[in-house]
Amino acid sequence: MTNVVLRSEKLKAFIDATEIIHGIDLSVFQNEVLAMIGPSGCGKSTFLRCLNRLHEVVPGARVEGQVVLKEKPIYGAAVDPVKVRAQIGMVFQKPNPFPTMTIFENVASGILLTQSKSKSELQDVVESALRSAALFDEVKDKLDRSAMSLSGGQQQRLCIARALAVKPEVLLMDEPTSALDPISTAKVEELILQLKSKTTIIIVTHNMQQAARVSNRTAFFLFGELIEHGATQDMFTNPKQKKTEEYITGRFG
Amino acid sequence: MQRQIDLEISQLKGMILAMGGAVESAVEEVTLALKDRNLSRISRVKDLETQINQFQIQIDERCLKLIASQSPLAADLRTILAVLKINSDLERMGDQTINISHNVREYLPEPPLPLINVVLEMAIAVRTMIKESLDAFIRGDVEVSKRVLLQDDAVDEGKNKVFTEATELMKQNPDYVDGGLDLILIARNLERLGDHATNIAEDVIFVSTGQDIRHGGFRE
Repeated sequence: MTNVVLRSEKLKAFIDATEIIHGIDLSVFQNEVLAMIGPSGCGKSTFLRCLNRLHEVVPGARVEGQVVLKEKPIYGAAVDPVKVRAQIGMVFQKPNPFPTMTIFENVASGILLTQSKSKSELQDVVESALRSAALFDEVKDKLDRSAMSLSGGQQQRLCIARALAVKPEVLLMDEPTSALDPISTAKVEELILQLKSKTTIIIVTHNMQQAARVSNRTAFFLFGELIEHGATQDMFTNPKQKKTEEYITGRFG
Repeated sequence: MQRQIDLEISQLKGMILAMGGAVESAVEEVTLALKDRNLSRISRVKDLETQINQFQIQIDERCLKLIASQSPLAADLRTILAVLKINSDLERMGDQTINISHNVREYLPEPPLPLINVVLEMAIAVRTMIKESLDAFIRGDVEVSKRVLLQDDAVDEGKNKVFTEATELMKQNPDYVDGGLDLILIARNLERLGDHATNIAEDVIFVSTGQDIRHGGFRE
């Protein structure tokens, strides 16, 4: 786990004149799960959204510094943000399947936007993505039904399948289980552990036990700063920084 | 903000201290029984060991509940892990005092051996180790823990001396065989008590620093 797949360089994020993220340098390694923890408002979700250029879609938002994906900068006039978001996929807090589309169309939507494929190729890719998201067996007989017919947990795995269909280098997950029940949460966590052999995952979570269960490394954010990052086991048993200790033991936040 | 877990951990430490106090008393009783050749002192050891066993069950139950309800992390997690391990060490120490009480009962009718002073010195050193390791746990005192680790060498030397010299005495005079074997077993159990106190001192260093110094890590 020594290959850096994604790194932020002195990354700052602003909304109008307010600086939310204060110059963060952080490397993410190939096939790891990196958990980002911190109290509400610490900037971890904003940081995540900067990593695939979603922050800039907010009115008044801008970014300074750089994010480098496989040695190529993602910020620049010549870079297409749509292609960046295909390479760095995002799964959100609440499942957000396209409500007017079928299950099949939801998964195929990203591919249709960025690639041209024959019908049979498309079917293969959709099936593969649904299998990777551990959803295929549950939906294989109803691919033409509305995505909204699925349960919350299934919808979230459908969103993961949609992101996986375009074979992203990195998958960003912003509290992906906070709206799910414990059984659906366990399925998504199991999926994360399986997916790290195929991709690299960065997950924002408020659930410390979830970070401990699924991640290789953990990064602790506070007031827009990266306070500490390191091996998850060390972070949760013997953090180096007092602020980290105080946060994970519930003394604030 | 006072956290519920702080209160629970404080109560657990109090229970460990009370359990450790019972272990110290049991060691004192067997030592005085040996020193004063007073068998009546041994009768209290069984009661103390019963108390120690009850503490063990209560502490395990409270730790289990605390882990299940609070999902402790970092220093909280290390402290609760240490409480569980110290609980186990103290329970074994209670068993060892029972072993010693049996050996003392066997030894006292035998002709006294000059080696008895070495054994009594070991017992005093072990009691100090137990007391200091528990004090260090309550206060999170790494320096006192390190001192306990160094004291264990003297206890080990005492055991080796008893083994060597008792063996020699038994070879020279068969009358010393039964008493010599009893002293060897007492020394062996005292040495094990010292090892458990060492475990506690190592746990204190783990709780305070996060460093695992078991199995030679301290000397490195």
